[in-house]
Amino acid sequence: MVNQLSVFLENSKGRLSQMARVLSDSDIDLLALSIADTTNFGILRMIVNDDKAAVKVLKEHGYTVNLNEVLVVVVPDHPGGLSGVLDVLADADVSVEYLYSFVSKPKESALIVFKVDDVPLAIKELQSKQVSMLSMDDLIKSL
Amino acid sequence: MIWNKTYECMDRDKMTSLQSERLVKLVNYSYENVPYYKKKMDDIGIKPSDIKGIEDLNKLPFTVKDDLRDNYPYDAFAVPIGDIVRIHASSGTTGKPTVVGYTRNDIDTWSELMARTFAASGVTKDSIVQIAYGYGLFTGGLGAHYGAEKIGASVIPISGGNTKKQITVLQDFGSHAIACTPSYALFLSEVLEEMGIDPRKDLNLKYGIFGAEPWSHEMRAQIEQKLGIRATDIYGLSEIIGPGVATECEIQDGLHITEDHFVPEIINPETGDVLSEGSEGELVFTTLTKEGIPVIRYRTRDITSLNYKKCECGRTAVRMKKVMGRSDDMLIIRGVNVFPTQIESVLVSITEIEPHYLLVVDRVNNLDTLEIWVEMSDNLFSDEVRRVEQVRAKIKDEVQSLLGLTAKIKLVEPKTIERSTGKAKRVLDKRKI
Repeated sequence: MVNQLSVFLENSKGRLSQMARVLSDSDIDLLALSIADTTNFGILRMIVNDDKAAVKVLKEHGYTVNLNEVLVVVVPDHPGGLSGVLDVLADADVSVEYLYSFVSKPKESALIVFKVDDVPLAIKELQSKQVSMLSMDDLIKSL
Repeated sequence: MIWNKTYECMDRDKMTSLQSERLVKLVNYSYENVPYYKKKMDDIGIKPSDIKGIEDLNKLPFTVKDDLRDNYPYDAFAVPIGDIVRIHASSGTTGKPTVVGYTRNDIDTWSELMARTFAASGVTKDSIVQIAYGYGLFTGGLGAHYGAEKIGASVIPISGGNTKKQITVLQDFGSHAIACTPSYALFLSEVLEEMGIDPRKDLNLKYGIFGAEPWSHEMRAQIEQKLGIRATDIYGLSEIIGPGVATECEIQDGLHITEDHFVPEIINPETGDVLSEGSEGELVFTTLTKEGIPVIRYRTRDITSLNYKKCECGRTAVRMKKVMGRSDDMLIIRGVNVFPTQIESVLVSITEIEPHYLLVVDRVNNLDTLEIWVEMSDNLFSDEVRRVEQVRAKIKDEVQSLLGLTAKIKLVEPKTIERSTGKAKRVLDKRKI
């Protein structure tokens, strides 16, 4: 289980780069990110090396920030790798709210971030099927 | 045409004594029948017998919209509900509407006053009149309806909206006059143009009776030019009676107040002092003949001035200038009265905190638009688009059900809405009225 930050952004020029600057000025590293956008606004989701510091500095700069628990799943990097993981979750009746992949891709596996409706159940089911997941410590070590 | 020369052209001295006589009766009537007037007068030590004529009007306490709201729904009525034959309501400053009741005599008076309005606008018994004000709790539709019928005109009670149908009726029924909001009239003219219909050639339309929202002389010129009609400004508010409180004549230099029923005053909105003739200030009305819900010195919050000179049209009734402003923050959007506090109450109920918001009002293609900017906050935010969109939809739905207005909801980042020292800036009105 890993903490993910989500930040509310208006759809206007320069908003994303301003926020990225706030993080880089505090030496915070982005490990994964994804943006969900609508015509009106965007939601930036990201995993950083120090979530507590990131939340603090973003709030200080007036951003609306949420912390959520997500799963970082190690998906075999071959055809059918992702569908195998999705099948495990579907069979256990776990809904995937959204997913996105990591910026970096270590070894022969892809790292994919899953937001699911039932985190404990998803963890249990994935573990029982030998699907590996990374913790925050694992992520930082792999850097 | 002047519908009622006796009253509309009455000698000023005679009018003053008629008003004095009626005021004395009204004050006694209100004191005896409406508990909150008795209390208000007792509180400042004024007895009905202290009011001997119109010159004593300023001794009486003011009535404000909140007084009527505090007496929701029926406590401001001076008669038992059995004597009330009609109930209308307008939006209040918060969730609850202001309720007004009419006796049979009140409805007769109202019809008479609206007959004066239509006559002054050019309508006669031979006219076909299309009433495109909304029928319902809003006083516009039924008020206009009864007045046009009283004249003997042929009334088409089409109510508001449904532009295509309005145009079909204008074409096929041959309407001579239309009563609606001025912005809707302008909108109709644009649609007619797009459809290739030339009002001068293809329609019988000659007169427009427009009110329920502020509009400029420039807008009048535009409506008159585009539709080829004479556009008459009318004024009223449901707390007093509805439309029929004042109307323009063919001279178009101020609106004649139906003074035999409503006495106007102009006050300084800050101090409450009565201002001299011609000064600009807040318009205050006292009803002289209302039975259902008599109102003493009601503060309309509309800013205007009064002119007692006899008009070229022959009427002696005092004229008020076209209303161009308010002394409070009420907005009129597509004819609907909107107080920022109403929207605030919707936002508070959804966000559970005091929200930062801005109402952006504009006029696009001659129709008013309302955009509500709401600052994002922790308890509205989610990492899921679906949930954030749900919040937006909920605000939109609740505003729609409270005000009957469709608003566009824009979620903005925290601290992006300007904070001003003192009173928060809640409204950005970009309309050039």
